[in-house]
Amino acid sequence: MLDFLEEIFSTLKQNKLRAVMTGFSVSWGIFMLIILLGSGKGLENGMEHNFAGSVKNSIWVYSGRTSEAHDGLKAGRRIKFTNEDYDLLKRKLSGIDNISGRLYLYDNLTVSYKKDYATYEVTCVMPQYSKIEVMNFTKGRFIDHLDFKKFRKVVVVSQPVVDILMKKESNPVGKYIKLGGIPFKIVGVFEDPEDAKSKKIYIPLSTGQKVFNGGNRIRNLAMSTKATTVAENKEIEKQLRNILARRHRFSPEDKKAIFVNNTLEHFKQAQGAFAGIKGFIWIIGIMTIIAGIVGVSNIMIILVKERTKEIGIRKAIGASPASVIRLILYESVLITGIAGILGLLLGMGLLFIVDKVIAKMIEGGADQMNYIFNHPQADFNIAITATLILIFAGLIAGYVPAKRAAAIKPIEALHDE
Amino acid sequence: MSDSIIKIENLHKSYINGKNSLHVLKGIDIDIKEGEMISIMGSSGSGKSTLLNILGILDSYDEGAYYLNDIVIRKMSEKKAARFRNKYIGFIFQSFNLISFKTALENVALPLYYQNVKRKKRNALALEYLDRMGLKEWANHLPSELSGGQKQRVAIARALISNPKIILADEPTGALDTTTSYEVMDILHEVNKTGITVIIVTHENDIAGRTERIIRLKDGIIESSDYAITETEDSTVVL
Repeated sequence: MLDFLEEIFSTLKQNKLRAVMTGFSVSWGIFMLIILLGSGKGLENGMEHNFAGSVKNSIWVYSGRTSEAHDGLKAGRRIKFTNEDYDLLKRKLSGIDNISGRLYLYDNLTVSYKKDYATYEVTCVMPQYSKIEVMNFTKGRFIDHLDFKKFRKVVVVSQPVVDILMKKESNPVGKYIKLGGIPFKIVGVFEDPEDAKSKKIYIPLSTGQKVFNGGNRIRNLAMSTKATTVAENKEIEKQLRNILARRHRFSPEDKKAIFVNNTLEHFKQAQGAFAGIKGFIWIIGIMTIIAGIVGVSNIMIILVKERTKEIGIRKAIGASPASVIRLILYESVLITGIAGILGLLLGMGLLFIVDKVIAKMIEGGADQMNYIFNHPQADFNIAITATLILIFAGLIAGYVPAKRAAAIKPIEALHDE
Repeated sequence: MSDSIIKIENLHKSYINGKNSLHVLKGIDIDIKEGEMISIMGSSGSGKSTLLNILGILDSYDEGAYYLNDIVIRKMSEKKAARFRNKYIGFIFQSFNLISFKTALENVALPLYYQNVKRKKRNALALEYLDRMGLKEWANHLPSELSGGQKQRVAIARALISNPKIILADEPTGALDTTTSYEVMDILHEVNKTGITVIIVTHENDIAGRTERIIRLKDGIIESSDYAITETEDSTVVL
């Protein structure tokens, strides 16, 4: 084997410039493919970041105003949700995993710890809510059923709230902070995967309704579904509209009475778009590589023609056609292989640098980058695939020239002065 | 087992070129004993190159039979032909046919590469053969740095390294001056003395006169096949 490489290298050394020029086209093809795929991945990561905050098959329901008259009632009626809506949906709506009502306690709520205070929006939710919106708990837990049932004054806060109000506390869990002057016990601290800087405070919905005079009102409803396809999720959405329409006496077709935000639909739409982009990128990349292959093949054909005599000599002194084919084929694979790996490394290197630069930008406050373009990497699998494509490309590029070389008749080659 | 290394019976060969068929060899019988030194002569178009190609298993024939070392050589796969060439035949050409980007040593060692001999061993052997040709100091030179005579000696070393039974030389002195030609002929005589059959195609009478037997071809048939009477310095001897 080593002997064989030696044999190939000795011919490659013959014309270094040609080998380099031949390789360049392939290098370039792979380089472009990696850059394109990496960029595609970066955009996709940005897109996925947009969906990182909630589970991907969730439905959010917001109340609005009716836009058409229905069932003897005028248009323009405000729809209001209560605990009964929650109970009804929980009972009647099939295909639901978790459901939670939400109620906001508005801005003017002062949140204080010892002498520090600030005003934040406080959201009242139910225990299942942690399964609808993604929260990564660093300390403690989320609101549980007992908290909810017993109207406990417990609170869950995001890390930035702790950083601002409770700088000195090493473990905020168990401490009391005051919400509008009423002490609540911290039971958990979490990080928001979508936005690490968001300041969020959650208390049990039952407690919120009782303590802050909410009655039985619910602002909106969030639920996660068992659906895995957009169609299924759509079906659930339709059912949901029908149930609520009957209860609140609005037309099921009235798109303004309630607003339904179907994340799976959005996610799948975005995913579909990105699958399209990805496919497109692969096509461009492969076309570029094909151009490279044709280039290599062309040059190899010329090479074989130039080496007719040498191949004839080799055959006269005992080279079998198979060994001649191998000689040309391996040379082609070697050129494309080495050149391709070079392009691969360059592409990966560039992506790595871009990744670092973006990370720096985000660190430096350019948060929006997270949502646009993040972690542009062509993963290991792609690198492996690309390498295999290269070897394959080399074989294809070498095939025609190798066949020609093998067909050379030693007599003709040798008498050709 | 006979003592013939090459036996040809009623050999015919035609080249078909479109609608025209060119009958080049029209029934040739040759019997060459092991250890002979023979020259084949003839004007251009007499079929001597075709005959040499068939002898070297570089070309096939249409009719008749060709036995090489008592093995019948019929139409065979290129792979098999390559193996036969590698094992039995060493080639020497008028234009040397050395590979230009390989050193003298690498050129000589190449046949052994196709016999899968380890590099160390084949290089050592190649050096030994170069030494026999008096070219040890030139082992690492490229063909372009050698004189014509030196190139032909490298080619002879390459032909000998696979330990062939036959050396086929196609106008081995055609590109050399008289002095060098005689040097090459001397070497071929040396080779012949070790028991290897040497067949030389030439159109030079003095070169042919230095072999034991001259086969003259004319228009595709053997005109004469005579044993030389004496070896003389006089190159005008006509046999």
